[in-house]
Amino acid sequence: MAAHRCSNCAALLILCSLSVFIVVDSQETTLNGGHHATTVHNPQTTTGTAEQTAEPAVEERRWEATAVEEATPDDDDDAAASDKQDTSAPETVDPSSVPQPKDDFQEELVIRPLHSGDIYASFQFRTVWETDFMRGNKVSHYRLFPKSLGQVISKFSVRELHISFTQGYWRTMQWGQPFQPSPPGAELWVWFQDSVTDVDGTWKELTNVLSGIFCASLNFIDSTNTVQPSASFKPLGIGNETDHRFLRYATLPREIVCTENLTPWKKLLPCGSKAGLAVLLKSEKLFHSSFHSQAVHIRPVCQDWQCKTTSWELRQTLNVVFDLHNSAQGKREWSLFKMFSRTLTEACPLASSSKIYIDITDNPQGEQFEVSPATPLLSQAVVLGDRRTFSVYDLTQQITFGTVRSLNLLIRWKSSEGDMLRPLLHAERYVAGYGLQTGEIHTLMYNNHPYRSFPVLLLDSVPWYLRLYIHTLTVTSKGKDNKPSYIHYQPSKDRLRPHLLEMLVQLPPNSVTEVTVQFERALLKWTEYTPDPNHGFYVGSSVISSLVPSIVAMDTNSTRERPLFSSFFPCKEESSYFVRVYTEPLLVNLPTPDFSMPYNVICLTCTVVAVGYGSLYNLLTRSFQIEEPSPGLAKRIANIIRKMRGVPPL
Amino acid sequence: CLSERRRGQLAALSIAAVVIIVGVPLWWRTTETYRAWLPVNQINELANLQLQLSADVEVVFARGTVTPEQQKKVPTQVVISLCLFCSSPLEADLSLHTLSESPCGSLVVYVIPESSTLLPEDVDVYIGQRRTALLRIGAQMRVGRTLEQLLAHLEPRIKQVLQVMSFSHTDITAALSDRVRLSPGNKESIADSMRAFKSSPGYEITFSLLNPDPKSHRVHWDIEGAVQTYIQPLLTKLAPLANFSIDSQTLYYAMLGVNPRYDSSRSAYTLNSDSLAHVINPVEARLGSNAASSNPVLNFLLYVPDAHHSPLHIHDHKKQEVLSNAFHSPRWGGIMVYNVNGFYGPEAVFPVDININMAKVMGVFLAQLRLLLGVQSSAPPPGFLVAPCSSTGLADWELDRLMWSRTVENVATATTTITSLAQLLDQIGNIVINDNIAQQVSSAVTSLQLAVAELEAGNLGFALQYSKEAILASERAFFDPSLLHLLYFPDDQKFAIYIPLFLPMCVPILLSLLKIVSEARQKRRERQAKKD
Repeated sequence: MAAHRCSNCAALLILCSLSVFIVVDSQETTLNGGHHATTVHNPQTTTGTAEQTAEPAVEERRWEATAVEEATPDDDDDAAASDKQDTSAPETVDPSSVPQPKDDFQEELVIRPLHSGDIYASFQFRTVWETDFMRGNKVSHYRLFPKSLGQVISKFSVRELHISFTQGYWRTMQWGQPFQPSPPGAELWVWFQDSVTDVDGTWKELTNVLSGIFCASLNFIDSTNTVQPSASFKPLGIGNETDHRFLRYATLPREIVCTENLTPWKKLLPCGSKAGLAVLLKSEKLFHSSFHSQAVHIRPVCQDWQCKTTSWELRQTLNVVFDLHNSAQGKREWSLFKMFSRTLTEACPLASSSKIYIDITDNPQGEQFEVSPATPLLSQAVVLGDRRTFSVYDLTQQITFGTVRSLNLLIRWKSSEGDMLRPLLHAERYVAGYGLQTGEIHTLMYNNHPYRSFPVLLLDSVPWYLRLYIHTLTVTSKGKDNKPSYIHYQPSKDRLRPHLLEMLVQLPPNSVTEVTVQFERALLKWTEYTPDPNHGFYVGSSVISSLVPSIVAMDTNSTRERPLFSSFFPCKEESSYFVRVYTEPLLVNLPTPDFSMPYNVICLTCTVVAVGYGSLYNLLTRSFQIEEPSPGLAKRIANIIRKMRGVPPL
Repeated sequence: CLSERRRGQLAALSIAAVVIIVGVPLWWRTTETYRAWLPVNQINELANLQLQLSADVEVVFARGTVTPEQQKKVPTQVVISLCLFCSSPLEADLSLHTLSESPCGSLVVYVIPESSTLLPEDVDVYIGQRRTALLRIGAQMRVGRTLEQLLAHLEPRIKQVLQVMSFSHTDITAALSDRVRLSPGNKESIADSMRAFKSSPGYEITFSLLNPDPKSHRVHWDIEGAVQTYIQPLLTKLAPLANFSIDSQTLYYAMLGVNPRYDSSRSAYTLNSDSLAHVINPVEARLGSNAASSNPVLNFLLYVPDAHHSPLHIHDHKKQEVLSNAFHSPRWGGIMVYNVNGFYGPEAVFPVDININMAKVMGVFLAQLRLLLGVQSSAPPPGFLVAPCSSTGLADWELDRLMWSRTVENVATATTTITSLAQLLDQIGNIVINDNIAQQVSSAVTSLQLAVAELEAGNLGFALQYSKEAILASERAFFDPSLLHLLYFPDDQKFAIYIPLFLPMCVPILLSLLKIVSEARQKRRERQAKKD
């Protein structure tokens, strides 16, 4: 527009390029501090040295009020102004115009009284967010989903991430199956997206970042304890990519779990530990228990039945078993306050559902234990191949808290009789043999089903310093050889990768299947030993994954509204359900040298060298002469006598 | 017998010689730490570096400002059209910009005749949005007969323009202040120099909405749209300077670290300026660091006070309410308190849905962002008129200013990093210097030298690029973990281990050497006695 009017020509002379120099001399600018006192000293302050007065002045400066002139840059003509007009309309709005949030948060606590008198509490917090981390989308605006984990997913192109920290061992035979199984120590398995080219490098970086987020020693995960299972760990979320090049699995059986891991875990919750069920998570009680396990599971899930839209699910679970004798002083009476030293007063206001379930399946008429306050709400759910009945307390209803505005659930046993349903599948493992050279790993898998046999997948990851003799591998059940239908074995490489053994074994009904394999203990280099080598070296748990035949029909609709504890493992068919069982980790002694050995060796070698050198030196430098032997005593006496007689000596 | 002795002596001597000539150097070489060659001389040269900045200034005279005889002396004559009928300087600036695209770091000064009505009466210099300035030639400037005189008259003015649009001495000293101890100026300038973030190849900008009371307030903010509208244009403009990444989060139950005091005269809660320093401590634990990068994070917090502590106002040192209700902390970020109690309505049903007016919030955050990034608008000298901000929020010359100071800062940072690394390596002989470290150091030194040369030549863009490379390489060398490996293996331990070997070997050698010497001395004495 301006150019049209500018038809008149004006002669402009481009004259010259002026260069202006400013020379900054770094030598000159370092002034001695002597002037400091005089220039900074404030005449108003009469006491104190110049330094003292200057410091608070600067400190005060740290916080400055922001002065903003009303003419913010958007006051110009273009689109910004019109946009401003829109947004600066009414600030309170009627709820109908509020955009439907794309994320949703649920919390849930399941309490299962165990037959032993112990009590099992399982927390689940689920955040579902309709967003797309895949395909290079830059996701950066977080509401309920924690930002730190979201950044991890998008930076490392993670498709699925499962991490668990466990203290103690889950006793399947006493306690039944847990809702979320986990091995002692730390376990991490990650599926990467197929766009990742350098999976190992990404995995290394990811473990370091996670180790920072969860304050755990996950940075000790390296190639010597990472495996790529071919069949045992399938993605739990959607997606049919099952190329195990993009899977990494590692365990740290030695990891100790404590408060420092719980605090960052709680920080990931939208309500923190300020409201809702999370107020119960106090570390002084949680870690005073027989079993404690906390986990984070991230996976993409379907939003609806047709799976048109996908969303990301973050599940934070925490399982804890309180001991009858330790926490309840042997009295068969439990309450929320006794377990967690807190009671509940409100649900998390951000949660769309907040519920407590108490498993009363074994107590239909209330003859085993009584629960107070009583609730009219009952719910049935099919979980782990069994139809269970639960009393439900809905924390979003004010009536749940009663007149005292606080909920303290009380479970009081009436009789200690009753028998637990034996779990259909369980496993144990031990090391046999004597001496420090060889040994044998025994893994026992129990099928307690009276008439059905079913296949199980056994995964063993053994560190390289136990050299497995794979030819000694035997699988026997009921005294007969049981040939595995699938074996995937990857031998170890010293200091590079562990052994990986995966087998598909058919377990006959009502039987024990024993897998044995012999090994040789390797000698480590002296810097490879842990600071307490005589404690022994841990070998991670074996993982047994199986589809166990179910007594009742399982629910295969993954998108239907269900309690969280029954919707973790996806269910493909009605007749069976998925179970994962972890065995005990092993503690193996390796031949341990005396650690002053290097210095001793140096000293010994030096001494040997010095002795050899000394004699050689003597031989070379000393001169040897033949000396007349001195006359004997008799001869000397004879000579003295001869001298006295004046006779020449002999 | 004598020859036998002689042979023994020779053997002892030759063993001593072998030990000294072969053994000791061999032992020394096999136990010494690997230290790659470093360009020590060049690093020492960098240590007393003289920075010379030069900016190209092009002065264009409009018709009527030069006499014909002056015009003859000009080597080149270019005829270009100038918008003579433009009504406002803004239009003139825009049309002049279309005439010539000046590279970054350079300036074009258009000298217009005194009689021009382009500028208002009392304005002599108009600074445009791009890299142009209009300079009205004063009456006294016509006295000069020759071109040189005319230029000499113009020079102080052009210098002023340059100081506003490119760099001034205070800018440069502020950029250097972190690295080089300067004479302490007034407190104001110290605070100014401490406010902006240090130069870095990238920044993470995090907007956090703090809602301490989700039971009463359901707060909604359209952060995505606001970022697109208000922040992104500025960051696009700043893209040559650094990489920016933006994210946002909502934190519930995030409390401030201070209990606000109730002021009954205003019936409002107040936060005093001296308590501000304690406000963010508990919040900061929940902000979380960026898991995915190690760049500095700029935090912008929007705090919606809970229903029981509303309204909340911030008071400054003079106990006056701060109008924007926001404050910022140098090199950390800013907080704005957003009171919502006015929107409860007559009979409020909690929770109340609240939509945040993002224009108001982003105005404050944008101002804080400009401060924290070091875009300072110092007051122009009298007679200067600065064009209003464009929609991007940043004029070209402001970007240039920032680039000048950032380049100088980068050069200073990289220089101190490299020199202190060299000093450290020089002082502690145990540190292993691997080849990759030596390579990083050399590349940092080369980039530094290039950056300094480009600064001297006035190529601002290249200078910034090289200075960034220098910083990256120098930091990578400085923080390389391999430098720490043998740091704690002192020499005395090394000697202690070898003593069992050295002692039995050296004692016979020394003894026989002593014996040889004493025998030689005795022989000489005997010979003297014989002579006597």
